[in-house]
Amino acid sequence: MSENVLHLENVTMQFGGVVAVNDVSMDVNEGEIVALIGPNGAGKTTVFNVITGVYAPTNGRVSLRGRVIAEDHPRGKMRKMYAAGHLGEYPRSVNNTPDRITRLNMARTFQNIRLFKSMTVFDNVLVAKHMHLKANFFSTALHLNAREERRMREETMELLRIVGLENECDEIATSLPYGQQRRLEIARALSTNPSMLLLDEPAAGMNPQETEDLSAFIREIKDRFGLTVLLIEHDMNLVMDISDRIYVLNFGALIAEGTPAEIQSNPDVITAYLGVAEE
Amino acid sequence: MTNGKPAVRVKKLDRATLLTIIVIALVYVLAFVLEQVMPSTSMLFTVLKKGATYALVAVSMNLLNGFTGLFSLGQAGFMLIGAYTYAIFTIPVAQRLSVYQYYDGGLIQFSLPVLVAVALAGVFAALFAFLIGLPVLRLKSDYLAIATLGFAEIIRAIFQWDKIGLLTNGSNLLRLFPTFNDFNIRNAQGEVVLHLSTLVPFLITGVCVAFIVLLINSSFGRAFKAIRDDETAAEAMGINLARHKMLAFCTSSFFAGVGGAMLAMYANSVQAKSFTTAMTYEILLMVVIGGIGSITGSVMSSFLFVACSEWWLRFLDQEQVWNGWKVPLLRNGFRLVVFSVIIMAVVLFFRKGIMGTQELPDLFRKRRKLNGKEGGRS
Amino acid sequence: MFSTVLPYLLSGISVGGQYALIAIGYTMVYGILRLINFAHGDVFMVAGILMVYITSSGVPLYVAIPLVLVTTAAVGFAIERVAYKPLRTAPRMSIMISAIGVSYTLQNLVLYITGGLNQFYPSIPFISETVTIGGASTRMVTIVTPILTLILVVLLVLLINHTKIGMAMRAVSKDFETSRLMGVKINSVISVTFVIGSFLAAVGSVLYFTNYTTVIQTSGNMPGLKAFVAAVFGGIGSVPGAVVGAFIIGICENLLKGLDTILIKAKITTGMLGFTTFSDAFTFALLIIILIVKPTGLFGEKQTEKV
Repeated sequence: MSENVLHLENVTMQFGGVVAVNDVSMDVNEGEIVALIGPNGAGKTTVFNVITGVYAPTNGRVSLRGRVIAEDHPRGKMRKMYAAGHLGEYPRSVNNTPDRITRLNMARTFQNIRLFKSMTVFDNVLVAKHMHLKANFFSTALHLNAREERRMREETMELLRIVGLENECDEIATSLPYGQQRRLEIARALSTNPSMLLLDEPAAGMNPQETEDLSAFIREIKDRFGLTVLLIEHDMNLVMDISDRIYVLNFGALIAEGTPAEIQSNPDVITAYLGVAEE
Repeated sequence: MTNGKPAVRVKKLDRATLLTIIVIALVYVLAFVLEQVMPSTSMLFTVLKKGATYALVAVSMNLLNGFTGLFSLGQAGFMLIGAYTYAIFTIPVAQRLSVYQYYDGGLIQFSLPVLVAVALAGVFAALFAFLIGLPVLRLKSDYLAIATLGFAEIIRAIFQWDKIGLLTNGSNLLRLFPTFNDFNIRNAQGEVVLHLSTLVPFLITGVCVAFIVLLINSSFGRAFKAIRDDETAAEAMGINLARHKMLAFCTSSFFAGVGGAMLAMYANSVQAKSFTTAMTYEILLMVVIGGIGSITGSVMSSFLFVACSEWWLRFLDQEQVWNGWKVPLLRNGFRLVVFSVIIMAVVLFFRKGIMGTQELPDLFRKRRKLNGKEGGRS
Repeated sequence: MFSTVLPYLLSGISVGGQYALIAIGYTMVYGILRLINFAHGDVFMVAGILMVYITSSGVPLYVAIPLVLVTTAAVGFAIERVAYKPLRTAPRMSIMISAIGVSYTLQNLVLYITGGLNQFYPSIPFISETVTIGGASTRMVTIVTPILTLILVVLLVLLINHTKIGMAMRAVSKDFETSRLMGVKINSVISVTFVIGSFLAAVGSVLYFTNYTTVIQTSGNMPGLKAFVAAVFGGIGSVPGAVVGAFIIGICENLLKGLDTILIKAKITTGMLGFTTFSDAFTFALLIIILIVKPTGLFGEKQTEKV
């Protein structure tokens, strides 16, 4: 049994009265590629945002390699409601900002590409190395850490070569074609040296050929960097092709879990995707 | 850019950068020589001194607004702190009684060397920025703008409060501290043998701007730009937003404080009343005219702005008669109207300003565009 | 004790009403364009200057006042068309800078026209008269302001809630893009918003300058900023919020102005502590506290950013 990397325990995320994620528990183990699928609005991206610290979960717990990174954080009205059930004060809560979670070697991409739009391809990747910077503010500003800067630049170039963007390195990031922008986002995430990578709809907007390349690409970087991958995806060819396991989310709740073959034959999943004919 | 083998992409001193350094050095030499040969009463030197002061403040504002994407309007407040710090610590002990005439000579009875006081001006401004930044930097765009503006107003009010007059001289002027003219070297008879009153502000601004340029091109500078482009993504890339915003805010305020000290030296006196919101607006407009996100632009537009308002457009404020024909409209205040119209035109139609996001070396890289543009960069 | 506080309270209510009339312009524009209209305080000042020049050219007051209100509304309309409309798709910072540019332009224009001298505001019969309430003598304008403010606010709320253009305004402030797609004429809604805002600012200026008697190019700065703070305090985007916020700020500010006198009369302190210096700073301190504690203000709606 391989080691558990990411563990979600009864995660619930409420916005006012809307329950976006309801009591979701899931596990991702070392070296796996796990997919999270579900119809639009099922709460997939919200799960990502909870894992990466953008939202603090109303209830439940997220741990990364056994370390709790987010736990119970009801706010406003929710807080009062939850407090009532817990004899007044709500118990302790852990709330990490996204940057701290990234430092724990978990990086992500975004569904709607969020590149640094005025920066070059090279700088987009380079800036993700900033968090590993050892030199202090003054020696960095005065360029006294030339060796470190040189190393960062070399690593960046190496990474761009791996993802096949070395010839575009001086282009402005947003001038790239769509498929390459997606690739650049992945490169930028890799630049933070993650061991766990979260991909939010990496194939969105790609044609079948690009999607096929992407699935080879994901496998390649997974092996090369020893990654564990959790991805959200609508493209079932991609999901079935590369996933070891799949979780299915519908209306914020998990409805199925299993290998691609199991999921494909699961009646609940088919109902969720196709709906039930009114009788 | 060069398209050679980009195996190691450490920026070397390329030709353009070298040219830039030469041009800047020439400007300094020119400033030095002109000062020795021209009468010191020339308007040119007023413009150069004030221009250098505003250039520093504009660049410091650009660091925040243009490079980090924090729309702060507190510049005048930090300049005020800088100006007061400088003035309070440099008034000669012998003069304190006459300056603090209502406060028995004030609390502080020592003086610091000028450059130490200038640095201290920056440190105090940065310290205040840190305290203000703790609550304020969490706010987004326009709320941040209005909150920093509010803080500047509060600072202005506090410095005029007569209960702390022992330190600030209440709402009275602080004066008799060393000014730019005191940098001139005089002989025993009190005649100036070496004029340095323009070169020194140029040097102060030069060193500070050089630091900011280096900062922007460092890893921290890239992190600032990442925050400007997309906060959420920057945070997801491990950049601590609170810490980096604070760094940018304090650095910017440090230099605004130094700029305030320089303004005190330029103006020969300091009064809290004059550090108004309008001052911040003017600096903002300089940044906009120069191009938000261009250091070169900020420097050039500061000199242009000061030159126009103090010198070149002065004639608009006086009645002019050409061949017996009295030019209409010209009277006191017309210069500012013309100014406003130019500014609105820039804001509405030339949103990139003079330089866009380009810097001086970029101009040299595109040789076509190089046609003897005024090298007013210090 | 009460008789010491009363005059400050009264002028607080009066100033509060005047701030309210300005604050509505801020809050409505912000609600629709998400823009802090830095020039709004200057529109208020321009209304004052217009009054000075129109009356000094011999126009009787009963013509001059409506003329000022209409002209100011036209100024507001023109500013929006010239300085904000071309930047509709530009980043928010550009529009804000444009607003600052307009503020700068209006002030310089007025400086040029007036020569930078204080202009004496005409005294308007009836509201300039002195009255005595509870032993405190004050001007009629002090009593007229809150009443007039409330009437105008009620009319405005009725307009927003019960007319077609009001419905369009509410739609645009809820969701700019969707309302555009649904066929709401965005530009006319925005124009109407500016016209209403400027009109109310002009009414406010008549009341305000009757009290303060002189106008200069910078007269709009402080009332403008305070009205803005009032709008934020009440929850920006909310008209009733702005009004409540304005009254609170007006009253607090005037009580602070009188705090030295009040404390001395109440024999709590013996000397002047100079709190008057802080009557302006207080407003900003309040602003910062609100922004930190409850950025949405008293009546504001919460907004969450989508990632």
